[in-house]
Amino acid sequence: MSNQKFTDMVMPQLAESLVSATIAKWLKQPGDKVEQYEPICEVITDKVNAEIPSTVDGIMGEWVAEEGQTVAVGEVICRIAAAGTAGAPAEERPQAEPHTTPAPVQAEASGDQSMRGRYSPAVQSLAAEHGVNLSAVQGTGMGGRITRKDVLAYIENGGGATETGRAAEAPAKREVHSPFEGLPHANPAVRPEQYIPVPPASSRQSGLHMTESPRIPAVELEDQNGRAETMIDVTPIRNAIATNMRQSVSEIPHAWTMIEVDVTNLVLLRNKLKDEFKRREGYNLTYLAFLLKAVVNAIKDYPIMNSVWAVNKIIVKRDINISLAVGTEDSVMTPVIQRADQKNIAGLAREIEELATKTRQGKLKLEDMQGGTFTVNNTGSFGSILSYPIINYPQAAILTFESIVKRPVVINDMIAVRSMANICLSLDHRILDGVICGRFLQRVKENVEGYTLDTKVY
Amino acid sequence: MTTKLEVSYTPMMDYGAAWDLQKSIVSRIDLGEQQETLLLLQHPPTYTIGSQRHPEHLLLSKEQLEQQGIGLFEIDRGGDITYHGPGQLVGYPLLLLAGKEGLDLHGYLRNLEQVIINYLAHYGIEAGRKPEYTGVWVGDLKICAIGVKFNKCKHQRGFVTSHGFAFNITSGIQNEGFQGIIPCGIQEYGVTSLEDCIGKPIAVEKVAEEIVPFFTEVFGFEAVSAQGAEESPLKSAGY
Repeated sequence: MSNQKFTDMVMPQLAESLVSATIAKWLKQPGDKVEQYEPICEVITDKVNAEIPSTVDGIMGEWVAEEGQTVAVGEVICRIAAAGTAGAPAEERPQAEPHTTPAPVQAEASGDQSMRGRYSPAVQSLAAEHGVNLSAVQGTGMGGRITRKDVLAYIENGGGATETGRAAEAPAKREVHSPFEGLPHANPAVRPEQYIPVPPASSRQSGLHMTESPRIPAVELEDQNGRAETMIDVTPIRNAIATNMRQSVSEIPHAWTMIEVDVTNLVLLRNKLKDEFKRREGYNLTYLAFLLKAVVNAIKDYPIMNSVWAVNKIIVKRDINISLAVGTEDSVMTPVIQRADQKNIAGLAREIEELATKTRQGKLKLEDMQGGTFTVNNTGSFGSILSYPIINYPQAAILTFESIVKRPVVINDMIAVRSMANICLSLDHRILDGVICGRFLQRVKENVEGYTLDTKVY
Repeated sequence: MTTKLEVSYTPMMDYGAAWDLQKSIVSRIDLGEQQETLLLLQHPPTYTIGSQRHPEHLLLSKEQLEQQGIGLFEIDRGGDITYHGPGQLVGYPLLLLAGKEGLDLHGYLRNLEQVIINYLAHYGIEAGRKPEYTGVWVGDLKICAIGVKFNKCKHQRGFVTSHGFAFNITSGIQNEGFQGIIPCGIQEYGVTSLEDCIGKPIAVEKVAEEIVPFFTEVFGFEAVSAQGAEESPLKSAGY
């Protein structure tokens, strides 16, 4: 095997601005046959998934980067044995093993060892309690997996005591390959009895290298009082969201304001047009499209809303690219409507439809995510009447469109039933103040309330 | 009034041939021998210089033009230099402006712009005019150049229009011919294309087909009879 020719696969430059990307999922296991241009793994960058194709034909050798690990552009992510020189896949697998699970004690390698490196939280907490290095324990479970019994047997044989010293050093050694060995040790302060299901949190405080922390398998804890807690994988997407949110909240001094708009005429207008529009265009004419148009036109009048804080400058962007917050089951994405100022209401409705569909199908591309200058979130779609959004870093403001509700409203000293909606705005108070935002929101309100039955969507 | 308009689409026609064709149709319309006509076509790479002659707006020498196989014509329309080439839908409306309520030559230009603006709106694009410049703009980028000539009729009162619009369709057209010139002498603004605006590929033929109803609506033609241009895919299209 030593004379095999391996090709290093590096993290490609997926986009100009890309400096690193996170391995979301390996699509090829060590030993799998790989064809040129065949995707070998999914990576995630700034909340976008992309597949990395192989550059050669061959056999997947070893993964140098683990799932969840962030890798700089140009760094090696895996090695592929060139076609022809490679041995049978069966021979490949053990060769890859030492990297995923550096095991000082070689297993009496009998049968399947694929689960060798997977430790349940119960095993991890037990190991932490006794200071056991799990990589030294022989697993008897399915696929070589280490069970609680194995750990207890290992401790009985005196394994735990000798490992205690190593455990103390472990945090310093966390740079090494195994994604799992550092986990229990990384957090020596946590008492096993009070094991909290978010142990890596303390090692993630910086918010900078979050994805270098090991992943937590989604396995239910075997608690003595029954199953009380569930561990959930922090996916790369959640990590990206967490990083962005934390960065926004810690760097941007947020302020918040809200305005109420009368959307009665808009409701009438949309009701008049929506069926014909749907029949003709094949997609929905949403309230959001009208709202976006009103917001974009207001930004045109107050271009400072479309800016970025750059310490000694404020950069005002010419193009108005609206980031649209789109929720999925377990995340939120902000795909971008490019040059929204050049689109009419029908054009915006089409963009909304396309981006929402792409988001739900997980088909967003990198270019769909780039260049946003102002974010709009249609929080009303899930029934909210008021929200306090976090700015989509590094933009200057984020606006939410809340539920449309019928309410009694006083007009000319008479009470009328009108369709009303709240519009909320979080702003970067370094760039924007109450006066300018008040005027901006007032303009949005005028634009929305200015819709009539004669408004054209084309 | 049911005014009929003949429409034809030719995928590729040399500038000189198209110019001659225009002139012959104009005189036949003047003589009342032919219906008003809309010629839709594409040209091979060509620069044309209008009546405001500004040779300095052509950034290439005659030798460079020859080397790149780009034709150069000094012609009889209004406006400055522009580029024609594959990926651009050229439209030459040859219309009789007479007897119609008043003779508003600028109104004709505005109507031509309106056709393109309405067509773009149908694609969700908000396009507009710049008061100081003829043509259709998306933001600060020109998507459609317009330059016309009003040919004084010899056999009746009024004018027959010639030349017309050049509507950029294919993305990347700005990197082709427009690099060699200062389009229409406008230095501060660039050009864009339909594909760039909608973010999707679209065939010039398709635009040629789709734009006809927008044209007839603005200019008040009620029916369109396709002309017998052999290669015309519009021939059988029932408008």
